[in-house]
Amino acid sequence: MPEPAFLFGQFLGGLTAGMFLFTIAAGLSLIFGVLRVLNFAHGSFYMFGAYLGWQVMSWVGPGTEYFWLAALAAAACVALLGIAIEHCLLRHLYRREELYQLLFTYALVLILADCAKIIWGTGQLSVSRPPSLSGAVQIFGTTVPHYNLFIMLLGPAIALGLWLLMHRSRVGRLVRAAVMDREMLGALGANVGSLYTIMFGIGAFLAGLGGALVTPVKSIVPGMDVEVIVEVFIVVVIGGLGSLWGTFLGALVFGQVLAFGILIMPRFSIFAVFALMAIILIVRPWGLLGKPLR
Amino acid sequence: MSALLELQDVHTAYGLSRVLFGISLQIGAGECVCLLGRNGVGKTTTMRSIMGLTRPSAGRVLWKGRDIAGWMPHRIARAGIGFVPEDRRVFAELTVWENLDVAERAAQRRGPWTVARVYETFPALRDLAGRQAGFLSGGEQQMLTIGRTLMCNPELLLLDEPSEGLAPLVVDRLLEQVGALKDQGLTILLAEQGVDFSLRLADRAYVLEKGTVRHSGPAAELRDDAALRHRLLAL
Repeated sequence: MPEPAFLFGQFLGGLTAGMFLFTIAAGLSLIFGVLRVLNFAHGSFYMFGAYLGWQVMSWVGPGTEYFWLAALAAAACVALLGIAIEHCLLRHLYRREELYQLLFTYALVLILADCAKIIWGTGQLSVSRPPSLSGAVQIFGTTVPHYNLFIMLLGPAIALGLWLLMHRSRVGRLVRAAVMDREMLGALGANVGSLYTIMFGIGAFLAGLGGALVTPVKSIVPGMDVEVIVEVFIVVVIGGLGSLWGTFLGALVFGQVLAFGILIMPRFSIFAVFALMAIILIVRPWGLLGKPLR
Repeated sequence: MSALLELQDVHTAYGLSRVLFGISLQIGAGECVCLLGRNGVGKTTTMRSIMGLTRPSAGRVLWKGRDIAGWMPHRIARAGIGFVPEDRRVFAELTVWENLDVAERAAQRRGPWTVARVYETFPALRDLAGRQAGFLSGGEQQMLTIGRTLMCNPELLLLDEPSEGLAPLVVDRLLEQVGALKDQGLTILLAEQGVDFSLRLADRAYVLEKGTVRHSGPAAELRDDAALRHRLLAL
């Protein structure tokens, strides 16, 4: 039996990984929940967030609090990229079959991956932790980096923020009305097209933010887009695509299964996650907290 | 007198299935006009064509003299046309108050209508303000749909089958309430299969048949002349 402190450390590690994934998955889930588009390119937005964060950092100089500015600037740029893609291209596909949307977003994955290689090359890039969060604390005998604590708190903060946006703001009410009856909302005078664009932008922002914030922990490499989209898909399949709290729960479960799976099957911990996803797809295809599609 | 809304030879189709074959009609400011006809003659399609929900393939829809055919529905709503759809279509998971609030935010048209005034017009809604709209009765949902559209401060109200599926007592109250809106000066285009309901309210009537206007004239004429009514509507 491993020591409690060690188990607690695993738990916190899983929590950190889960909250990173939640930041990204929340955007994917939001976009699907409102626009009914499954955006394969969400991982590419995440990758661009990472590269752009690195780029801004390299311009303003490392080792300063500019990290936060760089992360926000990167996320904002990704949001603009998302808005441009939705506004110029994706919106023409809403009336087509879903297959075309999938093909389109898959094409985006390939295009954006090549763009990233052309701009930033194929080598590894890395960013150091911001000085304000470079320390660590001892909790129950486990060393926890400040930065990880920040991520663990950021996840719930984003969840709460999105919930407030959707359920306690006027824009959120409009978005929920659009999900229920898009045509009717348009006939009442709402420009549903730009509402969709804004929501796509917010989703892309979250992906970009996740990418920029992951840079002090993971190195930036080509292929991180596909790696993360697989993980994020698993998160939303477990939790329920389109459901905010489902996505949150899915991210928590994913992180813990991965963290403790390593203890039991060191080489096959990702297998435990796939197995869980398969079981959920069989027993409850709409996810733990999702709703069956109409 | 120039019409507030005028349809000139409007043709509309859903894909390959053509529904309207050259509808022309006029509605003057302050008038209540009804569209009569059996199921499937094109009453709903006429309203959807006006609202831009189904784009006319030919013809003109003139709103205060401007051709609005081909505009997006939200632009048409903001220009002052309000649509109350036939199957009510409340936002089922939003509360009554949220339904009204969404409509106010959606149209962004200034005017006399506020949530308080909708509650005054339909007092039943006030007590249901916090209730999810999906749980309301048919009559309550109909009041909410009308109230919701009024929050957009329309100058012309398109009312599609407001009495459909409602109990007679509820229909009577609805008739009074719509009558009160008319008395306040709102222009109304009403589509109904229920001839009694429309002819008690309307000033003029158009009878549609197979996507064309078969007859037009004062509502009183149809109301009083049973033989004419029978010939046109086979009732």
